Amino acid sequence: MKVEGVTLRFGGVLALQDVSLHIAPQQIYAIIGPNGAGKTSLLNCICGLYRPQSGRIQYGDVDLVGLPTHHLPRLGIARSFQNIELFRHMSVLDNLMLARHVHMKKNIFSALLYWGRGQREEIRQREFVEHVIDLLEIQGIRRQTVAALSYGLQKRVELGRALATNPSILLLDEPMAGMNVEEKEDIARYILDINEEWGVTIVLIEHDMGAVMDISDYVAVLDFGRKIGEGKPEEIRENQAVIHAYLGQADER
Amino acid sequence: MAQQSGIFHEDYRSDLQLRPTTMQRLRLVLLFVFLFGMPVFAGSLEMRYANNILIALIGSIGLNILVGFTGQISLGQGAFLAVGAYSSGLLVVYLNVPWYLSILLAGAITALIGGFFGLPSLRLKGLYLAVATLAAQQIVQWVLRNWDPIDGDINQRVGEALNIPAANFFGHRLNDNEYAFYFVVLFFAVLAVLAATNLFRTHIGRAFIAIRDQDIAAEVMGVHLFRYKLLAFATSSFFVGVAGALLAQHSTSISWESFTINVSIQYLAMIIIGGLGSVSGSIYGAIFITLLPQIIRGLGNGIEDALQLVASAESQLAAHFAERFQDLLPRIEQGAFGLAIILTLILEPEGLRKLWQNIKDYFRLWPFSY
Repeated sequence: MKVEGVTLRFGGVLALQDVSLHIAPQQIYAIIGPNGAGKTSLLNCICGLYRPQSGRIQYGDVDLVGLPTHHLPRLGIARSFQNIELFRHMSVLDNLMLARHVHMKKNIFSALLYWGRGQREEIRQREFVEHVIDLLEIQGIRRQTVAALSYGLQKRVELGRALATNPSILLLDEPMAGMNVEEKEDIARYILDINEEWGVTIVLIEHDMGAVMDISDYVAVLDFGRKIGEGKPEEIRENQAVIHAYLGQADER
Repeated sequence: MAQQSGIFHEDYRSDLQLRPTTMQRLRLVLLFVFLFGMPVFAGSLEMRYANNILIALIGSIGLNILVGFTGQISLGQGAFLAVGAYSSGLLVVYLNVPWYLSILLAGAITALIGGFFGLPSLRLKGLYLAVATLAAQQIVQWVLRNWDPIDGDINQRVGEALNIPAANFFGHRLNDNEYAFYFVVLFFAVLAVLAATNLFRTHIGRAFIAIRDQDIAAEVMGVHLFRYKLLAFATSSFFVGVAGALLAQHSTSISWESFTINVSIQYLAMIIIGGLGSVSGSIYGAIFITLLPQIIRGLGNGIEDALQLVASAESQLAAHFAERFQDLLPRIEQGAFGLAIILTLILEPEGLRKLWQNIKDYFRLWPFSY
C-alpha cells in the first residue's frame, strides 16, 4: 500500500499534512504518535470514511481515494476500530458471518426460502468463520451476544470480524487499548499468527511502545499530522525527533 | 438466554436448524393443530378477532423488519397499508385481476413505493428519518382523498370509499365468511412468519441488523448501506402491502380514514410492546394490541351489567353510579388500554418476547437459577 502526500483539513485544522507511507506486503507496519497526531484520520482516509484534500492512496493498482467504503473488503482491505464498533446485539458468530458478506452469493429469494443454495452458502461460509474462531480461540463464546462479553473479548472478536473478511491487509486501530498485560500478549500473539500463517499485511496503530517495538517490522511516527520519522524499531528508538516528540517520556521509565 | 444442555450437533446443517429438539418440533405441531382446529370450536366473532390478529401480524412483522431489525424509524405504516389495500382493490375493480393475484401484486407495488419513500434514508437517520416518512403518510393520505384513479382528476372523489366486489374462495364469499377468510389469511401469515425468520438467518438479515447496530462498521465490512436500506424498506413494505390487501379483501369497502397516522402509531406500539427486532415479538404485539381493547371492553361490560343488577335491586345510589359508569366506560377503556401498555413496558422494556423468554428461562433453570 502506498500513501503519497495525503493532506486532510477540517476547516482550519490540518489533521494530516503531506503524509507519505510505503507499506510493503506481509510487513507488520506500526503507526505511532501522541494523541491527536492523525493516526486514526489516516486510517479513515484509507477506508474512504474521510476524503483527503490532496494526495494519493494506492493499494496494488487501485486508487482508494474516492472509492466507496463498501468496496474495501473486495480488495482485501479490512480494519478494526479504536472504540469497539461491533454489532452489539448479534452473537459473536453472526458478527463474524457478517464479515463474509462480500463473499456470499446473494439472492433475496433464496434467503427468504432458506432452501438448497441459500442454505449451502451459509454452511460454506460458516466453515471459513470456524477457522477464524479457532485461530483466535473464541470457541466458547461463539453463541454469546457481543454486548454481554468483556472488553478484552470484544476487542478480540473485533479482530476476528476484520479477519473473517479474509483480507490481504489488516488495519488495526489500537487493538490493545485498555487491556491488561496478559491480554496484550495474547493479541500480540494473534497478530503475529495472522501475519505469519495467513500472510496478511498488518498496519498497526498502538500506544504500547513495548508491544510495537517487539512485533513490528517497520514504524512510522506521526505528530501533529506530519510524519516526523520512520524506520525499523531500533532506528526509531534512536531517532532524536521522535524521542523529543513522543518517546522521551516513555524512555525515562 | 438459557441454553439447553445435552444437545450436540455433528454438522453445521443441524446446528443451523431453527428447532433442533424433538420437544420444540412437537410444540410446533401442537400449534398448527390448534391453528387449524380453531374454526371447529370458535364462533364467528372469535374468528373475526383471529383474522384481525393475523392481518395485524403480517403488518407488524413488516414494520419490525424496518424499524426493529434495520433501525429505520418509520411513521408511514398507515400509508403503506393504504397503498397495499388500494392496489389490491383497484386491480380487482378495474383490471379484473383475480383477488389472490391482486394480493401478491399489491405487495410488489407497495414494495416499490416503500422503496421510493426510503430514499431519504440515504441521508437521514433516527428521528429525522421518522419525520421524512411522516411525509409519505401525508402524501399518500392526500392522494387517496383527492385523486380519482380513473380519469386522473384531482378533487373528484373527496374521501369517497372504494368498493371492491367480494372475493370468491371455493364458493365462499371472503367478506362475510370469517371461516373461509381465516384460512386465506392464515396461509399468508404462516408464509410471512417463515419468510421473515429465514431472512434473519441469512446474509441479508444480518446486514439489516448490522446497519442498525453500527452502520459505519457494516459499511467497512462491505455492506452497501444505501442498497440495503432501500431493500429493507422494500421488503418491509411488501409485507405491509400484503396486509393492506388482505384488509381490503376482508372489508370490501376501503377509505382513507382507515389508514391515518393513528394506524402507524398503533403498529409502532405493537412492535415496541411485542419486542423490537424479533419476529415472535411482532406476533405477540399484534395479539396484544388487537385483543386488549376487546378484553377491556368485555370486562367493562361485565362490571356494567353487575352494577345494573345491583341498581335494579332498588338502590338509588347504585342506579346513579351505574348510569355514570355507562357514560364513562369508553374513556375508562382507553385509559385502561394505555395503562396496560405502560405496565407491560415497565415490567419488561424489551417487550413481551423477552417476558416470555424470562419465564421459559426461569423454568429451565429451576430450582438452581444461578
